[in-house]
This record gives sequence, structure tokens and C-alpha cells, in this order.
Amino acid sequence: MQWETVIGLEVHVQLATRSKIFSGASTAFGAEPNTQACAVDLGLPGVLPVLNEQAVAMAVQFGLAVHADIAEVSVFDRKNYFYPDLPKGYQTSQMYHPIVGPGDVEITLEDGSTKRIRIHHAHLEEDAGKSLHEDFHGMTGIDLNRAGTPLLEIVSEPDMRSAKEAAAYLKAIHSIVTYLGISDGNMAEGSMRCDVNVSVRPKGQEAFGTRAEIKNVNSFRFVERAIAFEVERQIELIEDGGSVVQETRLFDPDRDETRSMRTKEEANDYRYFPCPDLLPVVLDQAYLDHLRGQLPELPADKRERFQNELGLSAYDANVISASRDMAEFFEAVHSECGDAKQAANWVQGELSGALNRENLSIANSPISARQLGELISRVLDDTINGKAAKEVFQALWNGQGESADEVIDAKGLKQVTDTGAIEAMIDQVIADSPAQVAQYCDSEPEKRGKMIGYFVGQVMKASRGTANPQQVNGLLKEKLDALL
Amino acid sequence: MALEESHVRRAAHLARLAVSDDQASGFVDDLSRILDMVDQLQSLDTEGVTPLAHPLDATQRLRADEVTETNQRDTFQRCAPAVENGLYLVPRVVE
Repeated sequence: MQWETVIGLEVHVQLATRSKIFSGASTAFGAEPNTQACAVDLGLPGVLPVLNEQAVAMAVQFGLAVHADIAEVSVFDRKNYFYPDLPKGYQTSQMYHPIVGPGDVEITLEDGSTKRIRIHHAHLEEDAGKSLHEDFHGMTGIDLNRAGTPLLEIVSEPDMRSAKEAAAYLKAIHSIVTYLGISDGNMAEGSMRCDVNVSVRPKGQEAFGTRAEIKNVNSFRFVERAIAFEVERQIELIEDGGSVVQETRLFDPDRDETRSMRTKEEANDYRYFPCPDLLPVVLDQAYLDHLRGQLPELPADKRERFQNELGLSAYDANVISASRDMAEFFEAVHSECGDAKQAANWVQGELSGALNRENLSIANSPISARQLGELISRVLDDTINGKAAKEVFQALWNGQGESADEVIDAKGLKQVTDTGAIEAMIDQVIADSPAQVAQYCDSEPEKRGKMIGYFVGQVMKASRGTANPQQVNGLLKEKLDALL
Repeated sequence: MALEESHVRRAAHLARLAVSDDQASGFVDDLSRILDMVDQLQSLDTEGVTPLAHPLDATQRLRADEVTETNQRDTFQRCAPAVENGLYLVPRVVE
């Protein structure tokens, strides 16, 4: 039987506010345990929450970026449950009147095609603390620094049909929140976390199958792997005559599988009710217009502009626009050298490769966009050849020189295009390599093309890489063929 | 609404309240009377009335995003039964 996968995602995004959603405690990552948990975060008697205006603004900006309806009135509710990292005994969330209503996000698939994924809603809530299960004499350690950190939970419609689409959606959300600057989007530090709802149904069937919710899917790669495993598990289960149980499962990246989180027989009953400590949040049109005016150019718009105005391929435009830092770096390189395709090649190739090797982000690139742009200009105006360009790149990367021109001068990399000089080097190489010349002359004509590589290598070496390779090739062939 | 002792036990469990057998039957009566009153309220015609999230006719004031709290961990942890390395210790939680 042909099966179809149906996926919906709940993405929790930590908002990059300085202080918590309901208190003035710091949200900075990595502080000593419990040094950033104040009386409000600890839920001490008599404290009152006061909503952070920046958290509201960030939620609204997200909503505007995904073309969503922003609620004129939104309400905070209490979600009640007991767990030691939730000191109040409830999480303040938005159940019935979330701040961001229905919207949509465009995702780009590997083949360059696009698809619209609907967003059901997004709501504001507070994060819980952290439980540390290492052994403290048989007890659990609790760090409440994270308690009260603002979260935006973004709930999609079940519109995704493959693990690839789910990963593309997660990347699109990541792009949007980092473009907006409302989150650092750092999945390794938990700034973006993801729960995945997966079900399967026979192809063509309208009704959804029973879904399982997978928790703890905290990287783009894990999303794909967790879904792949879960889909296979569900199909096997059904084909063997069983049925999928609605449950929460945990993804274990080490074993590459999902496991049932054996919930107790008693289902959670969160007993939501409006939080009496917080009044309804009312937003007026002027405020929304003000925030709309502050929106940056968003990834989808940049992608389209890179493709239509700068002539980048769909693939290049998609990769470069995915991160705001990379897009802005690319734009700066392009404005310096004037060639979008070359700028894209260098940013995605040499530069991204070097950044990956040293585990640096593009924001911390040792080479500036101006330096790279200038380097590309020197290739375009034939001052240096491609090989020398890589050497200049490496030198600039290592801080040996302020500009491409300085490195080119210091290292004598200026391309030799003077025919006389190149001919002299060729003559020398031919004179020094009688055996190779004899071999060249004796071989079949169709094999000579390959053999010429040896001579090109020698000439390039003699010129310390500065000879124009096309000229060397042409002149060599002439001179060697004259010896036949 | 007819409330049974099992309802009381479940509500008590969710709220982590220890309720003795004697108390449980008393709560069945008390809570049933409260629910009867709610039933009475629900007999009102509220067609076309917007549900109220808060009894006050006011809207939420927002605060500026500034860090105003300082580290008072030592003070807060003085009333905790067990702490270590700055962490609050609680009976082991196993999912």
C-alpha cells in the first residue's frame, strides 16, 4: 500500500529579550545556577507578574512576518501541572486567545520549488527551569535561571508531507526569527526547540491517521531522522495488523529511534483558566503599523530579489538568503565587486568552507566583505588568476595584509600576461624536459591533450603560479606541436 | 451536578493535596453545593455576551525590557530545605 505522511510542528522560540517575560531578572545564557531567578520567577507568595513590552513586540513582529492576523485582544491563561522546575505550579501561557492568529510561511524545497505551510497560531508563554538528573545523593537538582524566559510557541497546521518539508519549514522559521532579530535561533543552546506531530494514512484517504507527538527534536538533522524513524515504525505497525496509539514519544539521537514516554494512566489535565494576575493585552492599529514599519526585508523577499534582480540561481538565492548575516555579507561583497554570481560563488565556496573548518559564523569572519569584494575585483580585471586568488584569500584570512592589493604586491602574485615572458618560461621548461618532450612527440595525438598537463604544471611552477593559465596552455601547445 | 468521591480524589491528586477519608466525604457535599450554584449561574441566558477574561475593565500595562533584579540567591535559598552547588534539591524526578 502507498502511504502518505502528515506532519505538523510546534516550534518553541526563546525570544531575545534582556529580561524575563514577567520579571526584571536577566535572561543571559550560561550564568551560575539560580543567580537569575528572582522572587517572581520562583513563584514566591505575593509576587505579581508584569508583562515585558519587548516580548509583545517580538511576537507581533513574527506575526506580521508570517502574514498573520494579530489579535487586538489576547489573554494569558494558567496551565496547571506539578513539576519541580515549574515553581508556581502553573505555566503562564495563552490557550484561548493567542496573540498571533492564522498565518503562513513559504518553504523552499531542494528542487527549488516552493510550498505554503499554514500557521495555526503563535502564542506567548514562559519557559520552565531545568532539572539536572545527575546524582545529587539520590535527589534532582533544579536551576530556575531559565524559568520565566519568554517563549513564542509557533504551531503549524498539519501541512507537511515529508521529513524534508518539515526540515525546510523549521529552517524557514529559523530564518524569519533570526532576520527579525527576535531570537538567536541557537538550537544547540535550546533557543529553538521543536515537537513534531507525525501520522500516516493510506494515500488518497482524507481522514488523518492517529498521530504521535515526538519531543526533544533539537536540530534540523534530528527532525528528519526522527520523522523517518517514526514513519517507518507507524507503517510497520499498521501493516502488521496493529494500530498507532496517540502518545508522546521521545527522540533518542544516539540510538536513532523514538521511544514511548510511558505516561501514567492518568492523563494530564491542565485545567486552563484565565490568569487573574494579568489583564487582557490590547494592541491598537497604530502600534501594529509602527512595528510593521520596522520590519526588515525578509528572507522570502530577499530570495526573490536575488533571483530576479541579481540573476542568482534558485539554489544560490535560497542558500544565501537563509541567514540574514550571510545575505548581508553577500550584498556587501556584491556592491564592492559588482558581480553577483562571483560574489555568491566565493561566499558559498571558499568563505563558507573556511568558516566551517574553523567553526566560525559569518559574523565573525576574519575576512571582511570589502576585502573579499576587492579580491574578486582583481580576478575579474585579470590582475590575478584563480590560483593566486586562493592564495590571497588565505593570506587575508590569516591577517597577512589589509587588502587584496597589498597581498598581491607583497607576494608578487600579479598575473603575468606578457607573452614574451611566458614564452621564455616555456622554452626553459621544454629545454629542461627532453624525456617528456620525446614522450609527447611519440604518443598518439589524442593522448597529447592529457600529457600537456605536465608542461603546464612546470610553467606555472616556474612562474610561481602567476602566469595566465589560458595563455600558458595555448602557447605550450603551439610550441610542442611545432616540435612534432 | 452529582459529584462522587472519586472526583474529589482526582481533584485532590491534581492539586497535590492530601485528603483523608473523613475529609473526602465532607468535600463531596461542599463541592456539590458550589457546583449547584454554578449550575444556577449557567441557567442565565448569555447569548451574545462576550466572555470576560478579567473582572476589571482595564488592560495590561507593559514594562520596559530592562534587567532590574539582582542576584539574591543566598537569601532565597535560606528557606529551601536542600541546596547544593547553587541548585535547589528535590526528591528525584523520573519521567
